[in-house]
Amino acid sequence: MFVTVLDIVIGGLIMGGIYALIAVGLSLQYGVGRVLNVSHGEFIMIGAFATWSLYTLLGISPLLSLVICGPVLFIIGFLIHRSLFQYLRDKSESIGAFADSSLLASFGLLFIIQNVALLIWKADIRGYSYLNSPVSILGALFAAHRLVALLFAVGISLAFYFFLKHTRLGKAIRAAAEDPTTAQVMGVNIHWVLAICFGLGALMAGFAGPLISMMYEIQPMMGLEYTIIAIIVVVLGGLGSITGSLIGGFILGLIGSIVTYFDPGFSLIAYYIIFILLLLIRPTGIFGK
Amino acid sequence: MISQKPFLLGLLILILILLATIPLYIPPYPVISLTSIIMYIIITVSWTIFSGPTRYISLASAAFFGVGVYTSAILGHILPLPVVILIGGLVSFILALCIGLLTLRLRGMYFIIFTFGISELIRHSLLWWETKIMGTVGRWVVAVDHVVVYYVILVIFILALLTAYLIRRSRFGLAMRSIGEQEEAATHIGINATVVKTTAFAISAFFMGATGAIMATRWTYIDPKIALNPLFSFMPVLMAIFGGTGQLYGPIFGAAVFAYLEEILITKFPYYYMLIFGSILIVVILFLPHGMVGLVQNLRKRGVKRQNANS
Amino acid sequence: MQILEGKNVTKHFGGLAAVHQVDFNIHQGEVVGLIGPNGAGKTTLFNLISGSLPATGGEIRYKGKKITGLKPHQICKKGIARTFQSAKLFAGMSVFENALAASLFGTKRVISVPNAEKEAEELLEFVELSTVREMLAKDLPIADRKRIEVARALATKPELLMFDEVMAGLNPTEIAQAMELITKIQKKGITIFMIEHVMKAIMNVCDRIIVLHHGSKIAEGTPGEIATSRTVIEVYLGE
Repeated sequence: MFVTVLDIVIGGLIMGGIYALIAVGLSLQYGVGRVLNVSHGEFIMIGAFATWSLYTLLGISPLLSLVICGPVLFIIGFLIHRSLFQYLRDKSESIGAFADSSLLASFGLLFIIQNVALLIWKADIRGYSYLNSPVSILGALFAAHRLVALLFAVGISLAFYFFLKHTRLGKAIRAAAEDPTTAQVMGVNIHWVLAICFGLGALMAGFAGPLISMMYEIQPMMGLEYTIIAIIVVVLGGLGSITGSLIGGFILGLIGSIVTYFDPGFSLIAYYIIFILLLLIRPTGIFGK
Repeated sequence: MISQKPFLLGLLILILILLATIPLYIPPYPVISLTSIIMYIIITVSWTIFSGPTRYISLASAAFFGVGVYTSAILGHILPLPVVILIGGLVSFILALCIGLLTLRLRGMYFIIFTFGISELIRHSLLWWETKIMGTVGRWVVAVDHVVVYYVILVIFILALLTAYLIRRSRFGLAMRSIGEQEEAATHIGINATVVKTTAFAISAFFMGATGAIMATRWTYIDPKIALNPLFSFMPVLMAIFGGTGQLYGPIFGAAVFAYLEEILITKFPYYYMLIFGSILIVVILFLPHGMVGLVQNLRKRGVKRQNANS
Repeated sequence: MQILEGKNVTKHFGGLAAVHQVDFNIHQGEVVGLIGPNGAGKTTLFNLISGSLPATGGEIRYKGKKITGLKPHQICKKGIARTFQSAKLFAGMSVFENALAASLFGTKRVISVPNAEKEAEELLEFVELSTVREMLAKDLPIADRKRIEVARALATKPELLMFDEVMAGLNPTEIAQAMELITKIQKKGITIFMIEHVMKAIMNVCDRIIVLHHGSKIAEGTPGEIATSRTVIEVYLGE
């Protein structure tokens, strides 16, 4: 009994950590940059597949891949924002028009990135095994890679939380998220902050992808599901609250773990139901304004 | 300068006569292709009935279409075809009323995400239900002769087009455009935004449902993944944006071009068509925000300016 | 006759009281001004009256009947119209269409399109915008944009018209024209409730003035009384 509960809890924390990462990523892109990036999941997918390739072809450890993929995707995200979304932002007549056009542009990105992945890796399901040996915690058995993933997910989440609260750039980001106009007046270079935030979103995807690939099988169409989960977590935590996304991720992860225990096919449905109830009853989420 | 309206009307009637007589002298395969293309045009035109003027981007098209498909699968064995199609449309209509009343008070982003979420929820729920309760995932649909399918689609197309045209020119259409321009001001001049939006949403869903019901008979085998494929939510948006929502011919043109492109690309470059579509979408958003309609209108304006400068 | 009455009208946003227990009475045919420093709660009060925002407390009555809790379109049909601080026009539609929409939907009666078009034409003439009727609203200069808002509001056949800083952004000539327009509207028998920062206009046009500060009513009286009121002067000098 206790073992089952522990299993569920740790499983929930692992998924929660991943969800927190991807939600924080999306939250940065939407909360600050005002871009609802529906291609977020595709970045995660690229991170996952790049890790797979690096491991199966070159024997590079997924943990090392994580350190590579993160920054690489950060740069790609940064460049995409500086070119594509910045251009749209300058050209848009209103915030609403920019919201729509950036959403549609990110759809275009979704199509493009997914297709590129299909061309490179074909449509097959891939997987690899890494750190498979079981580790025993309080009588329950866990594959080592799951615990490593948990460690990294939680660690990165906490590190990022720290970054936001205590560094200059972090504070600038939070200021820009709360009130972009005032932040700009106060000397924050809004163009750079927006692009950096978008890049940071991609960074999170670059971290989450490798971690996911360690634990699950991957296929090129996996991105959309993660994007949706990220959106649900962001709404759950409250739009505009990065802490909310962190906490919301863990909450949803735990819920998912519990539901999966009873009926594995139902977890996504459960997420959607929560999402719909949220939108109807409390769209501002837990920490939102 | 030829008087525009009678000319366009004559052209339209000519095209319709042509379309109506096509099965008489064209082999089955192109007729089936044409059926698919017209299907996309109907979905896109229907989508534009609501999302065009109000600017609420709906991603629920797959849900409405898919519900029609399932109506056909479930009732096709028991009821005659015309009734099934009508019921397919009605069920989607009612679904849209419910969704609309629940969510049309949510603005912008929330509405888009919600409509997508509902579509996916319905898809996953159907999948879960079919697997757990029914035991099988797919269903067989009573097949219908391809010529009959073609004519039914043509009729739905004409009705949808007529509806779109009449709405656009009516006070209802003006109300929708006012909501799309400035919703708060619209409510302050007496427009009941919730009723207007929900009604338009439901009307657009009706045609999608009816279309789904007849297309199911073409595919004969359906499952949740086929019936509620998210592409049916994304493609109308893409097609309408490409064509331009400002005029009625915009979505028709956009859908025709893309559906035709898809037919060609799927056979010749099956691994590239998403890439091409995505790139076109980005190019259009960056450089042609009002779609092809906007381009045509710009060219016309420039033509008029040049005329005025020369005279 | 009292056309608009507010008792203890209150609006909280979270912990902040934007409008705090404000009482007001407006009589038919009056021109009443609403002034106060920025952030005093003036537009919020308008939003409560027009139904844009739900009130947290208190009651608003129009011609004796309660209107708190009604939706904007219902309040509009009863006979209250308003303009917005940042002109909320149907920017992509023509001037004529802006007025036409209001003629068609703004009243309880069912009106035919040709009749609505006629009314819209007359209104555009009234606000002197007939020459630009086909131009898109967004292409017009600010003074004309304000006129469109006024035409639109008038098209709903209101008995009470609320102006929210209708003179903001206008030059002195345009302000004089606006004052003339307001007088023309009052002569038609329409009651006017107006938020303004342009003091000259308020003092000249209004029968009475209400002063808000930090969400509460701090003074009320004729222009003469308000101009010499110590409380009001302190509040404004203090800013």
